[in-house]
Amino acid sequence: MSVSTEVRNRTAGGVGDSPVRPDGMFKVTGQFAYSSDLYMDGMLWGTTLRSPHPRARIRSIDIGAALKLAGVSAVLTHDDVPGERVYGLEIADQPVLAYGEVRYQGEPVAIVAADHPETARRAAALIVVDYEVVEPVTDPREAVGHPYWKPVHDQPGQRTAMSRDKAPVHPEGNIVRHQPVRFGAPDTATADVVVRGDYEVGMQDQAFLGPESGLAVPDDDGGVDLYVATQWLHVDRRQLAGALALPEEKIRLTLAGVGGAFGAREDLSMQVHACMLALRTGRPVKMVYSREESFFGHVHRHPALMRYEHGADRDGRLIYVRAHILLDGGAYTSSTPAVVGNAATLGVGPYVIPNVAVDAWGVYTNNPPCGAMRGFGAVQAAFAYESQMDRLAAAVGVSPLEIRIRNAMSEGSVLPTGQVIDSPAPVAELMRRLEAMPLPPPLSEDLRGMPGGVSNTTHGEGVRRGVGYAIGIKNVGFSEGFDDFSTARVRIELVGDEPSVLVHTAAVEVGQGLVTVQAQIARSELGVERVTVAAADTQVGSGGSTSASRQTYVTGGAVRAACESVRVALFERAAERYGPGDYRLVGGTVESTVDGMVGDIASLLLEGPVERTVEWRHRPTQPVDEATGRGDAHVQWAFCAHRAVVDVDVELGLIRVVELAAVQDVGRAMNPDAVLGQIHGGSAQGLGLAVMEEVQLIDGKLRNPSFTDYLIPTIMDMPPMRVEVLELADPHAPYGLRGVGEPPTISSTPAIVAAVRAASGVDLRRVPIRPEHLVLPAARPGSDSGIAPGTPAHSTQRP
Amino acid sequence: MTIRLTMRVNGEPCAADDVWEGESLLYVLRERLGLPGSKNACEQGECGSCTVLMGGEVVCACLVGAGQAEGADIVTVEGLGDGEQLATIQQTFVDSGAVQCGFCTPGLLITAFDLLARDPDPTDATIREALAGNLCRCTGYEKILDAVRLAATRQSSSR
Repeated sequence: MSVSTEVRNRTAGGVGDSPVRPDGMFKVTGQFAYSSDLYMDGMLWGTTLRSPHPRARIRSIDIGAALKLAGVSAVLTHDDVPGERVYGLEIADQPVLAYGEVRYQGEPVAIVAADHPETARRAAALIVVDYEVVEPVTDPREAVGHPYWKPVHDQPGQRTAMSRDKAPVHPEGNIVRHQPVRFGAPDTATADVVVRGDYEVGMQDQAFLGPESGLAVPDDDGGVDLYVATQWLHVDRRQLAGALALPEEKIRLTLAGVGGAFGAREDLSMQVHACMLALRTGRPVKMVYSREESFFGHVHRHPALMRYEHGADRDGRLIYVRAHILLDGGAYTSSTPAVVGNAATLGVGPYVIPNVAVDAWGVYTNNPPCGAMRGFGAVQAAFAYESQMDRLAAAVGVSPLEIRIRNAMSEGSVLPTGQVIDSPAPVAELMRRLEAMPLPPPLSEDLRGMPGGVSNTTHGEGVRRGVGYAIGIKNVGFSEGFDDFSTARVRIELVGDEPSVLVHTAAVEVGQGLVTVQAQIARSELGVERVTVAAADTQVGSGGSTSASRQTYVTGGAVRAACESVRVALFERAAERYGPGDYRLVGGTVESTVDGMVGDIASLLLEGPVERTVEWRHRPTQPVDEATGRGDAHVQWAFCAHRAVVDVDVELGLIRVVELAAVQDVGRAMNPDAVLGQIHGGSAQGLGLAVMEEVQLIDGKLRNPSFTDYLIPTIMDMPPMRVEVLELADPHAPYGLRGVGEPPTISSTPAIVAAVRAASGVDLRRVPIRPEHLVLPAARPGSDSGIAPGTPAHSTQRP
Repeated sequence: MTIRLTMRVNGEPCAADDVWEGESLLYVLRERLGLPGSKNACEQGECGSCTVLMGGEVVCACLVGAGQAEGADIVTVEGLGDGEQLATIQQTFVDSGAVQCGFCTPGLLITAFDLLARDPDPTDATIREALAGNLCRCTGYEKILDAVRLAATRQSSSR
């Protein structure tokens, strides 16, 4: 077994410490090489021609003029794709380059390589595509519920290695996945107090700062090396192998510096295109998206239409919840099936509810494809169920805190899927801790602290303060029976005369601090301070995706397991040298439990290094039943709760978030500073969804693909935070840790909206809130009949 | 048409040949002078990731035409330290956990460096106003504020 916490901490920079991140020095000096910084002599620049139409048939593509432009080396279309013409995470249905039809605005149609990026862009503009424009399907209700629905796809996609067993493959119709959850007797349950509401979540963008980019280098063996910012090297490689018709071993990926991810790098963007251009031209090809192109070049968070009905007794104890959740998946599958699974299985929140009926749908439209973003299906549902909890509190006459505490799940509670929560679930405690936190001072007299800020729109007149609360639940790791594993190679050897450890995984650092925590684990497990984490690449087995808040858990688990294996080998050497006994490695020394220190680790390495590679899995999960949602789908749950304090100018509809307070259970704070960083940053993204962030579409076309018009929180928008971190160990997880990254994004949005409702008295049903929703009743979405998702029962029948 | 561009960058005279007239200062720094520290996140002056000092003024290098920088004195993130030691603000960004993905960091460092040169003891409201043009998507800005406060403290105690 592993050594105790107390002993671990005797090796500096180990688990529970906050050592400085190993890449920090490079990042503050400008030396850290991001994927857009790569350079190679003789390299070409690639660019992408994209469809201007959300839906059109392609009659012809003429590349003649583009090819003739001086400086252009290659112009490629779908005819030039060497292998499979479609790719995808769960279902391969997204064309590498469009053929026959384009299904969303921004779909790649052709690619160009040239000696200057501007030359490449000019050549792309010379490509003539003859489109026959077709009316797009842009309303997800119409996509599934309209009597004259129009299918977005006429061919089924292909299953991939990541397909869930029961994932439908849309043979006809636009439903990617419909997942019901049935628990108790939801059809017959009745209640004294009933609240109903329709809710809407707009399309959010991950808005990482580092644009999609990478460098593809052709190799003499006919293969290709790709340096790229991504979230999962091995799944990129699997999709590349299919599209390029190359064996996987001829495609070598190395992680370039990643400028944030948040889900948007889980799907491919420029990977296949750059490799195609490099293989065709025989020269290195670099591609870097502009910010505008980035908005077209990655998936977004699914917009949602939701109808909820909560029934409770007169004390506010929940009797039933019925919910419809309709998620717009856009033109291609991406990770929509898994997002639907999360929305369905976590759709009623962290509460004990005897009768539940949830139906979640993910559908195809001709809107931009939607897929992974931090919170992944749990964000949308939480906005609806937390809004409902506040309405229930008001109907019963108790506080928002009290309604949540009365219905809180705890360890041993049963989810609507039938799964038992078998680790701490401190829902009530999180709410009580928020209640105990002091409130911020009253309205700022500094103009910069007021709604409208330096725009000088108010000096306090018309400004009302409000306080709101919310809590969310998120699964950690890949669910529903997915074989979720990571691989770690750990080597210990003498460098100079000092023991030194090298940790090598393919797990992707996106900024969260995974490189730091991998080294911390190795220090604690092997008692060696000098630890290096090798660059992530495909020379070692898969690390799984940097998503689902899973890397510290799963790759951390793999690093620990590999260290344990190394330790066993070192103990065998210790037994030969010092005789049989119980040994441990601490602070560079070998200790016997009987005799104390017997020698140093370096002496065990004189006979050579020890290296072990271990593949590590978390405990298995199960698929859920297609009709009832029953199944032990999740490996772990994480909880975060927020209190938001806002000032609202009720005359102008301007909002200032004055303070955010958060309490989160992280099981074990592996790196307390990094934990805080995740809670701060996740909360900020939830703030963005509450009050400003939306990819706006009209007839399937993006209106705001820029940071001028798609607003993310600045340092002026983000208020000071109070954060409390709980460490209630999960007995099933390495070190007792819980995934940290996603939960803070889930609860901050509904908490802020609740605070704005409290300040303004306006019954807000949609995020992001716009000023007109506060001041113009006619502009307010979400009357209880206006945005209903309806029941797409007849959606599989052609008219 | 192309031009030859001469500037002082981080104290060193330098020149770039064959500069296309439509190129930005950011492109010249990154692609012609081998200084990719200044970042290309939006290239329309909204995010601040490309912030540099030009003639002592904070500018978005993406909005400066290459020709406008002729003869200018430019300081990028690569020039903040003295080659041996980090500038105080660089060290406090590392120490405070203000760096996550780090893509915004070079621009924030230049802006904060400039702020502390003008105002060695800024209030929180002043720090927020000064950094309002630099977007960060990872940190929620809390630890960036910590880093600027810590740099102010360290600089005042070393004077």
